[in-house]
Amino acid sequence: MPDPDRSTNGGPAARRPDAADAPEGSSLPDATERRISRRRMVGYLLAAPTLVAAARFMDPEPAAAEGLPGPTIPEFFDLSDVLNVVAAPTYGLLAITIDKQGNAHFQLPRSENGQGITTTFTMIIADEMDLPMSKVKVTLMPAEPKLLFNQLTAGSSSVFTLYEPVRRAAAVARTQLQRTAARELGVPGRDLTLKDGVFTASHGGSIDFGALTEKAAVKRMIEFEPKLKKASAQKLIGTEQKRVDALDIVMGRKTFTMDLQPKDASPTMICRPPTLNAAATAIQNKAAVLKMPGVTHVLLVPHSDDVQGGVAVVARTFGQCIEAIRALKVSWTKGPIAGRTEQSIKQDLAKAELPMTPALGKVIEETFTFNFRSGSALETNCAVADVRKDRAEIWAPLKSPQWAQGKIAELLKLNVESVKVNVMDGGGSFGRRLFCDGAFEAAVISRSIGQPVKLMWHRADDARHGRHHPLTTSKVRITTGGGAVLQYDQRHTAVPTDFTQGLGDYLTAAETRLPLQNFAQFSETVFTTTANVPYNFGVVTQLLNEIDAFNTFNTSSVRNVYSPDVATATELMVDRVAKEFGRDPMEFRLAFAKDERMKGVLNAVKKAGNWGRKMVPNTAQGIAMRNEYKGRTACLVEIDCTPPTVNRKIRQAVTGPRVTKIVFAIDVGLPINPLGLKAQVMGGCMDGIAQALTYSHHLKDGNFIEASWDNSAYTRQWNVPPVVEIIVMPQTSEVAGGAGEASVGTTMAAVACAYARATGKMPTEFPINHNSPLHFTPYPASPPVPEVPSDGLERAGIKRKTTKKKRAARKKKRPAAKKPATRTSTSTTSK
Amino acid sequence: MPNHTFIVNGKKVSVDVEDDVRLLWVLRDVLKIHGPKYGCGIGVCRACTCHLNGKAFNPCVTPVKDILPTDEVTTIEGLAPSVGKAIHPMQQAWLDVDVAQCGYCQPGQIMAAVDVVKTAQRQKRKVTDDDLDQIRNVCRCGTYPRIRQAIRQGEAAMPVLKVTKPKKRKAKKKKPAARKPSKSGAEITGSTE
Ligand code: FES
Ligand code: FES
Repeated sequence: MPDPDRSTNGGPAARRPDAADAPEGSSLPDATERRISRRRMVGYLLAAPTLVAAARFMDPEPAAAEGLPGPTIPEFFDLSDVLNVVAAPTYGLLAITIDKQGNAHFQLPRSENGQGITTTFTMIIADEMDLPMSKVKVTLMPAEPKLLFNQLTAGSSSVFTLYEPVRRAAAVARTQLQRTAARELGVPGRDLTLKDGVFTASHGGSIDFGALTEKAAVKRMIEFEPKLKKASAQKLIGTEQKRVDALDIVMGRKTFTMDLQPKDASPTMICRPPTLNAAATAIQNKAAVLKMPGVTHVLLVPHSDDVQGGVAVVARTFGQCIEAIRALKVSWTKGPIAGRTEQSIKQDLAKAELPMTPALGKVIEETFTFNFRSGSALETNCAVADVRKDRAEIWAPLKSPQWAQGKIAELLKLNVESVKVNVMDGGGSFGRRLFCDGAFEAAVISRSIGQPVKLMWHRADDARHGRHHPLTTSKVRITTGGGAVLQYDQRHTAVPTDFTQGLGDYLTAAETRLPLQNFAQFSETVFTTTANVPYNFGVVTQLLNEIDAFNTFNTSSVRNVYSPDVATATELMVDRVAKEFGRDPMEFRLAFAKDERMKGVLNAVKKAGNWGRKMVPNTAQGIAMRNEYKGRTACLVEIDCTPPTVNRKIRQAVTGPRVTKIVFAIDVGLPINPLGLKAQVMGGCMDGIAQALTYSHHLKDGNFIEASWDNSAYTRQWNVPPVVEIIVMPQTSEVAGGAGEASVGTTMAAVACAYARATGKMPTEFPINHNSPLHFTPYPASPPVPEVPSDGLERAGIKRKTTKKKRAARKKKRPAAKKPATRTSTSTTSK
Repeated sequence: MPNHTFIVNGKKVSVDVEDDVRLLWVLRDVLKIHGPKYGCGIGVCRACTCHLNGKAFNPCVTPVKDILPTDEVTTIEGLAPSVGKAIHPMQQAWLDVDVAQCGYCQPGQIMAAVDVVKTAQRQKRKVTDDDLDQIRNVCRCGTYPRIRQAIRQGEAAMPVLKVTKPKKRKAKKKKPAARKPSKSGAEITGSTE
């Protein structure tokens, strides 16, 4: 049931000041950037046997002391700033250690899920220290309560918040090494040149970092003000660098959580309820399931706010867990969503929509609906847990490791210090890893059975019970008069986005669970700091309201949070206004764009994408733009909605209209690694295409019906544009804006606009195929996981009988490389 | 418990496990070969793609009993050795194009890509856009355009089946100019024809 308290909580959100008061032009973003760069940062040498250099902000801005800022317009203060301010006080712990081989080690207090930040920070340190990238070792830091806020990976903020302090620490290390080298070689410091970690004196003597590190070490912490390298002396920043983990990945060596081999950790999976967030009350056939091959434990895992739970199965292999789950008979409660339908939720949303301000002019108005979308990554939720009586150790891909640590301590009744949380590389995040669903379950199960577990979610569960982008409506009203836009009003109404991971810290997260706090502290802050209209549109109001409690549905800040929906609604309406004014969509945007950086990206795609070129019927171009994460983006797409394309037949697939070309321009301020940046943009483009055209989940009988990647129609090769061109704009500021999410909303909006122009009909519900007949037959909700096919060879076209002999014969002729070498015999028994 | 013997990455293995356990779990949970990834377990996502006697298949939907003693299973770990190299031309193309993001899907993508090229070669033709469109491997990070580019480059570098003198490493000079360090620049993938 909708919580009555929650449906009225949008009132205070109306405090957002109107954008008409904001100064105009390109000076806008710089205001923030100057403020950030003015903050004084101090370097240190730390007492240690070898050289350890660190840096932190000295006097955090008043905003940090006052806590989270109130609603402000994102041009001045966007989500990146919120995350930067809360992170500021504790940067002192960001340290670079030089070992005796001359390697620089840095533990990154962030999570890596493919966004490439380990590569970025390797570059930053290598550049500042004149080291080859191969001698910089960046690893992920385990949960560290002393860091307070700054371990959260969210809002595309990692590079933005950590660039300056990490660079500073590297400069401290370099300077101290240089002084030491000068002393050792008996020459003045300026006589030394540094290359690849080796100092060479003009007279010819040389010494490397490894030989210097012990001599450069200090016994007491010393404040140290280094000179940073000049931008002109930087050799790596701004160049294209490949990922540091690429070789491990292509060789199949990169270790993900489920590839760990902790001793005695057994495969573990959970049988989940037929309806969302229901609780298991009894296991009807425990004894029978325990007798199944490989199965060692069957136990009830109670449902709570933190643990979805169900019935856990531990077995020798995951395959045997799956068979056991299919055999289990479990009694369940109904769960909080029973009896609600997509339609009834949409009605609840309509009732909760905040009123518009009175309009004084001609009005264009439309309401858009954005359906549930899964935040599933390719690696399902997972964790390894080893819980003993007095301590626990967890391995999982986590973006809020401190929160996980505190919560697990609470769940297990242990001291925080007795819980070690290791942050693993994740197989994608998209907002999923902000929460610790797998880690909590693994901890609880390991405690119950008294042995380590390797817990993995089934794909079907990850799709259905995993966290989603919430169902949302967005009403946009544009008021015009005298050839100008006088007023822009947007009312966003949504199933809540769960922000109870807070800002990654356990204490903050606890508070967000108090009544109304999820909304008051986070939803509203995130919405007001990310929603914006990058146009000179007179008086602007953008307000959010949410229905339900934060945990009725399983939601999270799925990649780009509110922005894909905000942007799509905005840009479609901008096209309508342009049409009303009789102006070309591109020309209209250039005329109304708020600043020069925005016009810069627009002009870039206009030229590269040949805007306005003649297109055949049922095909069209579309354009959208966005200002977010300290950057500017513009996306030009071409879409093909001709019948031969739309009606392509591919087994178990949504084909439909195809985006045939994307030209995307991004201005992130300071591009550190354009190659990585383009990768992120490209990924976001694929996400945006999916959200506009094919990708949503359908709620039926209290659960989502999609249970596989062939059901959830995320972008697949047959949807991929044959041409993708990404333009990274030259540096426009000293601040490195976010990259991981920026392109999702812009692309989704551009695809929607192109579709509207190609078909002559503006879509109002997304993805556009949500109400079309399903392209699949849903798997049952019970048993919760589908039957496992056994016809792998047949599917692969591998025929047995006819080829067996031939193959044996062929084998004999093969060269020696193929001969069976050692005989590995693995004969463990299951119980 | 039944015993199953077969060859994995050139090495004979013998495992005691029930007949119907799918090969993916025999590889991952019993033999501790972790290159093939789990992404669905029902033959949809293709993250587990391996080769059986040189042909792509999905071990998550193949019971171990279907694997014969003479069968050679190749996982991503065994791909380069299977052609007697330290790195397979397709893996090299993956590096040259910097395809991977999180990397979770990539072992399966590479194994599938090699199969796409080999299938085309068997039919004495080049990989077509349509072949690329038909690849079912999921990449949630959205590396698809770079995958398409890498397959083209990998194809150019892979020796053509049954050709007596394979042209070595022809792909080297095909490295796109966009890979050069630059403060800015466009990334263009795919064909513009
Ligand atoms: S895990 Fe085998 S196809 Fe998905
Ligand atoms: S690289 Fe992450 S799923 Fe493909």
